[in-house]
Amino acid sequence: MTIKDLLKETSSGLLSNKVRTGLTMLGIVIGIASVISMLAVGNGATNSIQSRIESTGSNLVVISPGAVKTAGSNVKTSRGSANTLTMSDVDAIKSGVTSAKYIAATVSTQKQIVAAGMNTNTSVIGTTPSYVEIKNLVLDLGTFFSDEQVTQLSRVAVIGPTTRDDLFGSGVDAVGQTIRISGNEFTVIGVTLAKGGTGLGSADDVVYIPINVAQQFFTGNKYVSAINISAQSADLVTDVQNQATDILLSRHNITDATKADFSTMNQSDMLETASSITATMTALLAAIAGISLLVGGIGIMNMMLTTVTERTREIGLRKAVGAKKRDIRLQFLIESIMLTAIGGAVGIVVGIAIAWGITLTGLLTAKISLMSVLLSFGVSALIGIVFGYYPAARASNLNPIDALRYE
Amino acid sequence: MIECKNIKKTYINGEAETQALKGVSFTIKDGEFVAIMGPSGSGKSTLMHILGALDTPTSGTYFLDGEDVSKLSDDELADIRGGKIGFVFQSFNLLPRAEVIRNVILPLVYLKVSPEEREKRAREALTSAGLEENRWHHLSNQLSGGQIQRVAIARALVNNPSLIMADEPTGNLDTKTGEIVLKTFQDLNKKEGHTIILITHELDVAEHADRIIHIRDGAIVTDEENKNKRVIKICE
Repeated sequence: MTIKDLLKETSSGLLSNKVRTGLTMLGIVIGIASVISMLAVGNGATNSIQSRIESTGSNLVVISPGAVKTAGSNVKTSRGSANTLTMSDVDAIKSGVTSAKYIAATVSTQKQIVAAGMNTNTSVIGTTPSYVEIKNLVLDLGTFFSDEQVTQLSRVAVIGPTTRDDLFGSGVDAVGQTIRISGNEFTVIGVTLAKGGTGLGSADDVVYIPINVAQQFFTGNKYVSAINISAQSADLVTDVQNQATDILLSRHNITDATKADFSTMNQSDMLETASSITATMTALLAAIAGISLLVGGIGIMNMMLTTVTERTREIGLRKAVGAKKRDIRLQFLIESIMLTAIGGAVGIVVGIAIAWGITLTGLLTAKISLMSVLLSFGVSALIGIVFGYYPAARASNLNPIDALRYE
Repeated sequence: MIECKNIKKTYINGEAETQALKGVSFTIKDGEFVAIMGPSGSGKSTLMHILGALDTPTSGTYFLDGEDVSKLSDDELADIRGGKIGFVFQSFNLLPRAEVIRNVILPLVYLKVSPEEREKRAREALTSAGLEENRWHHLSNQLSGGQIQRVAIARALVNNPSLIMADEPTGNLDTKTGEIVLKTFQDLNKKEGHTIILITHELDVAEHADRIIHIRDGAIVTDEENKNKRVIKICE
């Protein structure tokens, strides 16, 4: 029996009951389409979360104070609120960490802000100009404050777009206006471009002022809330983290690294955490889709068993005219593989269409990987073999005499 | 050339043993037209299955063209059926969804004959079986009973078999159509020299053959030349 003969036999077998073939195929189509679209949604979600994390700054290492890890008997304040990092630590890191590109310390507080009869309560971040580079801030209007303005203790402020909207109304050019932070007057010199993201810690609802102004007027001490360092490249992030840790440990006279009075965190840690979450989510989606594929496969087996029973006499005749077990087995196996392969191909098209549709809704950009397409096509062919084997074996083992007599 | 020596077949069904054939021996030479006759339950179907290489005997030997067929495996039996035997069944057993010509080609597909050769041999077989050429591309459910049985005869001829086994070939046909089919067998035997075994329970069908083997209760009762041979004259 040539391949052409087999294809002819199987296609005429499949076409003989088009409705049943179509419905059985539909099971595989739905299974494959859901695997492809769910993986695309998972990949898309992973990408969007990663790009959001990366948008907070590139190759970032953040050092925050007050991570005393050993359990003590004394009551502790919340992590990061301890006063262990100072401006001289920042200077030491500046001169000591060779792989750093930009360094910016911050002093963060939460303050009531008033302007022209409107008011809001938001975070006030005291920092230095390199913060712009580290956080990829883009100015919509005006400029960020300069190093001179920091050293001259200038009372200037750069505000986020949400804060601007709250204080002056949306779209108003706030540059040159005056705001009062806890009663102290500041001149607005710039407004940043919206970065997206809402809620607590949004990069859009914030006021930036020179770091030493923040220390002098609001915290009243020389401590800093965080030191942000951006490494020269992604490979150097760990270097930066290690160098900064060593410098701070020696400056704080700590020999045991586990008892450090500060903590460091880099962006790849955050990315890792986020991607492990999204990987779990993707696996979950794929598992649900996989179940529908399995159900589709059982549908194939059910149909093939019915077909074999219905065509018992035909099988008997084929055997009588010289078909061997192998010929019969191959015929029915190819029939089920053909069923799943066509179903799989249609499923891939439908899956891509669904992913495309999800992208069109704007929720997220579903990303179809070639890998998932090849994999699901392979899986569908495999389902044909696995679920088609038993019915095909049953057909091939029929006794020709009994099969010919079958009514 | 068929040589059967002391063929026995026993079916075991739970506790009960049924002896369908109790030691049957005979020889059929090439070019003979033999009818095996007997009532239902006589063992003629069992004998037909063994002669047709659909089944093997419990004991005894069956030589077909000098080859011992009685001890072969399933796949070896399939080879024998495909290469040396042509079947015509009472219930025709055509593939309903396939054209006449594809039905006739079917045995050649399993014999691995090239597509060009298949087509040629199928045409020859259909001509020998006497089916009009304008029916060759019809589906079998568009044909009459007599035409269907001619397709089945063509299918039995297409592999140029040593032996044609016809199992009640007229059982589902009216008398007149049955006569035409039997005439076809006689012609194939006389003009083309095919060896034919006709299995039937009706004497007037068996009387179309040259030799009649009567079988009853799993044993041969008589095995003699048919003295009342029916020669059919068909009035067109």
